[in-house]
Amino acid sequence: MTVYPKKSRSIWDAEIASRAVWDSFAKLNPRTLMKNPVMFVVEIGAALLTIQLVRNQLHHATGFAFEFQITIWLWFTVLFANFAEAMAEGRGKAQADTLRKARTETIAHKLKADGTTEEIPGSKLRSGDVVVVSAGEFIPGDGEVIEGVASVDESAITGESAPVIRESGGDRSAVTGGTRVLSDEIKVRITSNPGETFLDRMIKMVEGASRQKTPNEIALNILLAGLTIIFLLATATLQPMAIYSGAPQSPFVLWSLLVCLIPTTIGGLLSAIGIAGIDRVIQRNVMAMSGRAVEAAGDVDTLLLDKTGTITLGNRQATELIPAPGVTDGELADAAQLASLADETPEGRSIVVLAKEKYGLRGRPLSSLEATFIPFSATTRMSGVDFGGRVIRKGAPDAIKKYLTERGGTVPVQVGEMVQLVASSGATPLLVAVDNRVLGTVRLKDIVKGGMRERFDHLRAMGIRTVMITGDNHLTAAAIAQEAGVDDFLAEAKPEDKLALIRQEQAKGKLVAMTGDGTNDAPALAQADVGLAMNAGTQAAKEAGNMVDLDSNPTKLIEVVEIGKQMLITRGALTTFSVANDVAKYFAIIPAMFAGAFPVLQALNIMALKTPQSAILSAVIFNALIIVALVPLALRGVRYRPMGAEALLRWNLLVYGLGGIVAPFIGIKFIDMIITSLHWA
Amino acid sequence: MTTNGWLQILFFLFVVLALTKPLGVFMTRVFNREKTFLDPVLRPIEKLLYRLTGVDETREMRWTEYGAAMLIFSGVTMALTYLIERVQNRLPLNPQKLAAVAPDLAFNTAASFTTNTNWQAYVPETTMSYLTQMAALAYHNFISAATGIALAIAVVRGIARREKDTLGNYWVDMTRATLWVLLPACIVGSLFLVSQGVPQNFKPYTTAQLVDPQTVQITGADGKATTQVVREQTIAQGPTASQEVIKEFGTNGGGFFNANSSHPFENPTPLTNFFELVLIFAIGSGLTYTLGQMTGSPRHGWAVWCAMAILFLIGVTATYSAEARGNPLVQTTANHLQPIGNMEGKEVRFGIANSALWAVVTTDTSCGAVNSMHDSYTPLGGMIPLINMLLGEVIFGGVGSGLYGIIVFIILSVFIAGLMVGRTPEYLGKKVEAFDVKMAMLTVLIYPLFVLGFTGISVLAPKFGLSSLANAGPHGLSEIFYAYAEAGANNGSAFAGLNANTLWYNSTIGATTLFGRFFMVIPVLAIAGSLACKKHVPESAGTFPVTTPLFTGLLISVVLIVGALTFFPALSLGPILEHLLMYAGKVF
Repeated sequence: MTVYPKKSRSIWDAEIASRAVWDSFAKLNPRTLMKNPVMFVVEIGAALLTIQLVRNQLHHATGFAFEFQITIWLWFTVLFANFAEAMAEGRGKAQADTLRKARTETIAHKLKADGTTEEIPGSKLRSGDVVVVSAGEFIPGDGEVIEGVASVDESAITGESAPVIRESGGDRSAVTGGTRVLSDEIKVRITSNPGETFLDRMIKMVEGASRQKTPNEIALNILLAGLTIIFLLATATLQPMAIYSGAPQSPFVLWSLLVCLIPTTIGGLLSAIGIAGIDRVIQRNVMAMSGRAVEAAGDVDTLLLDKTGTITLGNRQATELIPAPGVTDGELADAAQLASLADETPEGRSIVVLAKEKYGLRGRPLSSLEATFIPFSATTRMSGVDFGGRVIRKGAPDAIKKYLTERGGTVPVQVGEMVQLVASSGATPLLVAVDNRVLGTVRLKDIVKGGMRERFDHLRAMGIRTVMITGDNHLTAAAIAQEAGVDDFLAEAKPEDKLALIRQEQAKGKLVAMTGDGTNDAPALAQADVGLAMNAGTQAAKEAGNMVDLDSNPTKLIEVVEIGKQMLITRGALTTFSVANDVAKYFAIIPAMFAGAFPVLQALNIMALKTPQSAILSAVIFNALIIVALVPLALRGVRYRPMGAEALLRWNLLVYGLGGIVAPFIGIKFIDMIITSLHWA
Repeated sequence: MTTNGWLQILFFLFVVLALTKPLGVFMTRVFNREKTFLDPVLRPIEKLLYRLTGVDETREMRWTEYGAAMLIFSGVTMALTYLIERVQNRLPLNPQKLAAVAPDLAFNTAASFTTNTNWQAYVPETTMSYLTQMAALAYHNFISAATGIALAIAVVRGIARREKDTLGNYWVDMTRATLWVLLPACIVGSLFLVSQGVPQNFKPYTTAQLVDPQTVQITGADGKATTQVVREQTIAQGPTASQEVIKEFGTNGGGFFNANSSHPFENPTPLTNFFELVLIFAIGSGLTYTLGQMTGSPRHGWAVWCAMAILFLIGVTATYSAEARGNPLVQTTANHLQPIGNMEGKEVRFGIANSALWAVVTTDTSCGAVNSMHDSYTPLGGMIPLINMLLGEVIFGGVGSGLYGIIVFIILSVFIAGLMVGRTPEYLGKKVEAFDVKMAMLTVLIYPLFVLGFTGISVLAPKFGLSSLANAGPHGLSEIFYAYAEAGANNGSAFAGLNANTLWYNSTIGATTLFGRFFMVIPVLAIAGSLACKKHVPESAGTFPVTTPLFTGLLISVVLIVGALTFFPALSLGPILEHLLMYAGKVF
C-alpha cells in the first residue's frame, strides 16, 4: 500500500478556487480562447450582443431586462468554462510551487581535470560535468552516481521522508537534482542541461505549460468544431425561414439558440478533463512525460509485469522446514537458523523468524558463538557457519548436492523427491546440510501481494491481458502465475526476451505497458507504448520510459491504466451528455421563438414554460450552470468500475445518454419556475 | 390502418430480409473476384471490355486514384449526356420529333442522373426522345448505381484491409457491379414487367378516341376561363420496361413517364408494385451483409441491418397512420369523402398502405420514384419522407451510398460513445482518429450546408425563389425545403407544388445534387483510405461492441439525434407547424 504523503487537496480548495476565479477573466483573451472553437463562438456572441445592447439603449429600445440577462449569461457561460480549466490548472500550479521550492540555487563542486574541485552555481552545470556532493549538500542536477554510495533524502520530489540509498553501478545509480545527500560522499556525472532537469520537466508538466493536446483530444475537438458549424448553419438559416414565416427573430434570441445548441458543456470542460487526468496521475506520485502517455495507458491491451516487486512481495520467505528421514524438526530448525544468522538477505532473515516463531528457537547473539560465518557467494551459491566443529551449510539443492558429493556424502532419495515437490508447487527449495549429512529442506515461497487476483480479474474484465515476467524456471513461474491469477507468464526471461515479447504483441496490433528499472530494461521501456520507469532505477531506464514512478512501486502501472481509462470515459460521458442535452433545449426555445406568430406551436412547449422570454432565459441559464455543476465530475473523473465494454457502455449510456436527455427538461423547468417567481422574465 | 395493410408491409420486410444474405454473399463473391454461377457468360465479356479500354484489372488504386477515376468517369459521362440531350432532335429514335433540351434543364438532368438523383424538372413524354431515355438516362441509371456500389465496396475494403494503402480498382469494381449485380436482374425483371403489361417498344405515341368525352375548364393567357371538350387522348409509350427495373434496382427513380410509378404503364398491378418495392431495398439491404462478411463480422452486418429495419418501421408506422387518419377537416365536414383516410394523390390500385409504404421506401433509399403524390400527403405523412432524406438516406439507402452513409454515422457513434468504454474509439479493429473524424464531420456538414443554405436564399427571394411556389405558408416552405433536401440526398422524388424548371432552381438543384454526391464521396473515400492503412487492433472484452442490440440502439439514436438536431428548426416551421395549423382548422 502506497502512502501519498502530499496532502491531497479537495476539489473546492479555497486558495485554488479564488485564483481560478481571477484566471477565468484573464482567459477571456480571444487569442487564448481561439484554441477552443466552441467557447470562442460563445465569446463572439457575447461581445456582439453587448454592442447590440448598448446600441439598443442609445435608441431607447424596449426589452432591456431580457436582453441584458441573455448577454450576461453568455458571458457567464464563457467564464464558467474558463473557470473549469483554471481550476484544473490551479491544482497543478499549487503542486508546481512546492516543487519550485526544491529548485533552489545550489553551489556545485565541479571536479576539474586535475582532480581539484571548483565552486560554480548549479545552474551553470552542463551535461557531462562531474561534481562531488558531500553529506548535507544538495545534489545540483540530475545525474548518475559514478563513485561512492550515499543515503539521499528525496522527499522534495517524492514526499517520502525515509532516505534512499544511491550507489554507483547497478540499478540504483540515478540521482535527481534538488535532493539532499544525508551521509557519505558521492561523485555524480550530470546528465541534464540547465532548464531540462527532471524537476524542470516535472514543474512544466504539472503547470500544464508544456501540455499538448493528446491525439484523442484533438479528434474530439474536431468533432466539437464540426457540430458547432452545423448548429451555426441551422441557426443562421433559421432566420430566413423565420422571415418567410412572418416571425423574424432578434439577434438575442438567435444567439441564445446557437449557444444552447453548440456543445458548450463538453467544449467548456474538455481541457479541464485532460489536465485533471494528468493531475490524478501526478497525485499518485507518477510523473507522466506527456498526456499522450496517460491516454495510451487507457488503451493498453497487454500489461507486462515483473514478478518480483510487482506481483509478489520483493522477497521470498521461508514458510516450512521439511526434515529428512530420521531428522527431527528441532534438529533441522536449529541448523537452519544457525546457517542463517549471519545471512542478512531477506530470505535468510525469514528462516530465522520461522525458526523462532514455529520452533521456539530464539536468535543467539553472534559474538558469543565464536563461529566463522561463510557469506553467500554467487559461485558457491551457499552460505553457512563453521561452529563448534560442525560445518553447517545451506544453499540451492544442486549446490549442496555438489558440495556433498565432493565430501563423499549423498542426498537421500526422499529429500530429492521433496525438492522436486517443493519446486513444482512454485516455491524454491533450499537444502540444509551439517557436515556431510542432509538435514532437510527449507521451503522458500514467493508471497503474492494481497488483492492481486482481484486486480487481475478486473483487468481481464476490461479486456487487458496480464503477462508475468520472471527469471524463475518454468515450473515455479507457472505455479505463481496460477496463484496470482495472471493470464500468461514468461519464464526464464532475459531482458531481450521482454523486448521480443513487446514487439510480438505490438505486431498483433496491441498496445503494451510495462515497468522497469534497470539499464537493461531501457530498450523494452522505450519500445513499450506505456513504459513506467522506477525513480530508484537507472537514468537510462528513466529516460527510456514515458512515465516515472517516484515511489518506485511497479504495481502502480495498474492504477495508471485505470486513470487513463477514466479520463477517456469522462470525455465520452460528457460529450454524450452535452449532445443529448440539446433535445430539451429545442423544446424550450423553438416554441418560444414562434409561439408569438403561431400560437399553435405552444403544443411543442411540453415543459409548459411560463413565457417565451422565461423559456429562452431558462435554457441559457441551464446551459451555463451545467458547466459549473459538472466541474467536480470533470476534475474527479467519472466513477470507474472495471467491467466489460458492453456492460460499461450500457451503464454510461443510461446515465449520460438517457440522463442527458432527461436532466435538462427538469433543470430548465426548475429554473423557469424560479425566474418567473422572481419576476426576472 | 388495417390488418391487411400491415400484413403487406411486414411481408415486404420479410422478403427483403430473406434476400439479404443471398444477395450479400453474392456481392462479396463478385467483388472478391471469387467464382459465381454467372462467370461462364460474363467473364469473357468482362475481359473483352478491359482489353478494349486498356484496363489492367490487377492494378490496385489508392483512395485518391480511385476517387479521381470515379470523378473523371462521372464528369465525362455527364458531359456526354448533356450533349445527347442538346442534340437529340438530330439523332435517331425520336418518333415524336422532340426538340433539343434547353441548356439549364439539360445540365440539371445530366447532373441529376449522373449523381443517381434522377430529379426530373421536365415532363419526359414531351421532352426526352427514346434515344435520350435509353442511351443517356437509362445508361446513367446503370453506371451511377454501379459507381455507388463500387464506392461502398471500396469503403468496406478500407475497413477490412490491414496496413494496405489501396482500395481496389474503380474500373473493375464498376464493371463487375454492372455486369454481375445489375444487368442480370434487370434483364429478368424487365421480362417480368412486360408480362404484367409494361410496354417495351419504339412506337410513336398512340392517339385514342375517348369513349366518354370530358368537358374541362381552361384558363387562357388573357385570364378568361373557357370550357373545352376533350375527345381524344395521346397515349405515351416506348422502351419502358427496360428502364423501369434499373430505376428501382439502382435506386435511381427517374420515371419514363412524368407520373412515374403511379403511371399504369410503369407500375400496372399490385404485383409489379410489390416487385418494384423489393427491388428498391434489395441491394442496400444485401450490402449490409456484404459489410459484415467482408470485414469478418457477419453479426455486425446484421446489427446494422436491424438499425435500418427499425428506422424503416418507425417511418412507415408514422406515415401510414397519418395517411390512414386522414385530414381532420375533411373528417368532420364530409367524412364520406375519405372513408379509409387521405386518398388524395394516391392510386386506387395501391391504396393507403402501399402508397405510404412506397413513400417511405423511396425516401429511405435514394430512389425517389413515386407511386403517389407526396405533396398531397397530410403534413406528418409528408414529413416522414422529408425526414428520411434529411437523415442522409441511410435506411438501406441508395445503392452503395446508403452503406457508406451509415458507415459515417457508425464512425460518429463509435467516436462519441466509444470513449465511454474507456478506450480511444475503434471501429472493427481500426482506431478512429482525428483525420477520420474530420472527414466524417465534413460529410455530415456538406449536406445541411447546401440544403439549408439554398432553402434560406430561396425563401428570401420573391422573384426567383417564391414565384415558383404553388402554396403559401408552411406548406410552401416544405416544398422548397423538400426540393433541396431530395437533391442533396440524391433522391429525386418530387414533393411537387414547386415549379422547379426555372433558371434558379435548375441550376441550384443541379449543383446541390453534384455537391451532395461528390463532396460527400471524397471525404468518405478518404476515411476508407485512412482506415485501410491502419493496423488492426485485436478484439477483446474491452472493445467497443458493434454486434449487439445495444449498438443497434445507439446507432439509431445517433442517426435520429444528429438529423433531428440539424433540421428541427426548419421542420418546425414547415410540416410541424402545418400539422398543428391543420388541426387548428387552417390549411394551405
